[in-house]
Amino acid sequence: MKVLVPVKRVLDYNIKARPKADGSSVELSGLKMSMNPFDEIALEAAIRLKEAGQAAEVLAVSCGTQASQETLRTALALGADRALLVESTIDLQPLAVAKLLHAVALRESPGLVLCGKQAIDDDANQTGQMLAALLGWAQATFASRLELKDSGEAWVTREIDGGLETLAVRLPAVITADLRLNEPRFATLPNIMKAKKKPLETLTPEMLQVEVQPRLTLLRVSEPPERAGGIKVADVAELVDRLKHQSKVL
Amino acid sequence: MTLLVVAEHDHQTFKPSLLQVLTAAQAIGGDIHVLVAGNGVEAVARAVSALPGVAVVKLAQGSHLEEGNAENLAALVKMLAPGYTHVLAAASASGKNWMPRLAALLDVALIADIVRVESADTFTRPIYAGSVWATYRSTEAIKLITVRSTAFDALSAGEGQAPLEPVEAGKDENLSRRVSLALTASTRPELESARVVVSGGRGLGSAERFHALLEPLADKLNAALGASRAAVDLGYVSNDYQVGQTGKVVAPELYIAVGISGAIQHLAGMKSSRVIVAINKDPDAPIFAVADYGLVGDLNELVPALTAALPAA
Repeated sequence: MKVLVPVKRVLDYNIKARPKADGSSVELSGLKMSMNPFDEIALEAAIRLKEAGQAAEVLAVSCGTQASQETLRTALALGADRALLVESTIDLQPLAVAKLLHAVALRESPGLVLCGKQAIDDDANQTGQMLAALLGWAQATFASRLELKDSGEAWVTREIDGGLETLAVRLPAVITADLRLNEPRFATLPNIMKAKKKPLETLTPEMLQVEVQPRLTLLRVSEPPERAGGIKVADVAELVDRLKHQSKVL
Repeated sequence: MTLLVVAEHDHQTFKPSLLQVLTAAQAIGGDIHVLVAGNGVEAVARAVSALPGVAVVKLAQGSHLEEGNAENLAALVKMLAPGYTHVLAAASASGKNWMPRLAALLDVALIADIVRVESADTFTRPIYAGSVWATYRSTEAIKLITVRSTAFDALSAGEGQAPLEPVEAGKDENLSRRVSLALTASTRPELESARVVVSGGRGLGSAERFHALLEPLADKLNAALGASRAAVDLGYVSNDYQVGQTGKVVAPELYIAVGISGAIQHLAGMKSSRVIVAINKDPDAPIFAVADYGLVGDLNELVPALTAALPAA
């Protein structure tokens, strides 16, 4: 079975995003970019399936500019067998990415797609579900546990409001990874060197005959409303007094 | 304009977030229809029909809708959506699960997790863990929206008398089935709708101390318990306690952060709270930058002292 893992190049987890001065988009120039952490978790799950003999090949796919090649090389260094870049300079919104991945899936016929549950840049949490719909496949989102059964089902434990739900989904399916599915490994230097020789193919939306123009117009980005600065209180008595008489919340 | 709001419920009652989603729907304007889908949910539908401002309650029932399965719910709403200008649901674990699937089935873009209605076609949503807000306009024939419920006030009480209209329930897509469901039993209010939240982090030091120090404080305040990602990762509490970018987003009247340093990802989940109290031994912890009242010191002394100083609930 082939496992397809979409990976996105995003602003590094540790950097605080700021709007550009003209409010047209988020400032990214000169800042460190990394693989979306949830995609790292999805990739780790795919690699573990391969190591367990339950997957034959792990294909990493990224949709974005040429710079996403770097993210795909990271995926190859972590253990993906092959990489595919769908290159576009257009601002790709979730529905466009889902359509590109749909076209790639039709070409590659994976038995499973493992995605991150959301990218930490736009926090959209949409692409995996959209891809499942386009393929007519089952979906299991927010996975914290994954087990492939001999019956051709995947048993997925999902983190939902108020607890955990375990679903049996018929394969092929799209599964999206939550934080606690696993702890991703780090790439070792020998594997980083080896990754340079692994195949990385480049396609375009035109080659896949997918229309990717943005459907939503981004009017502006802005700083969220700031909280007024607070104060330090001397002791518990002052805290309780202020909660009662100043903010009147007690 | 006619809007369809999809109600979330537990088969007994609708979730409180419905009242906030309805406020967002009213800000958009137009007639509001509410869909109640499930199995044996007439009582939920009747309760919804009594809410003010609801014009019609659509009732879809079938055993394949009982578990809130995303494939079946998206297929059902796809049949109804063409009659509406907007479809809204809460940006909960459920709404985030099925609404994007519906969007792809309809070939329509989805605006997820809105915090502001600017106009009937323009909405603002947080991105980058809430560090930035982005405002989008949709020219889609049907606007699909999930609503961050804590960003909107709950609909004030009133009397409605919306008619109930049964609709076709669709068929079972038969793509997945539920094997088990393990809901955390708790007598406390739900984290996302609680008036007060007491939240703990790495500073608590152990699961035992997390519970020993925070439970009595939460009891006094009739508060929900929350946690930072670090506290969850360290096993102090289970993942459904997590407040933050990847956990729950809360905005209670009072949020008390104990032993939480205040990573961006945590702040993303709580900084819209009305009053924030932080208790931390590090005077430079980032949590103090968003706290209305900061208390620097040893939480092992301060938390019991605070609990003792509060009147009994």
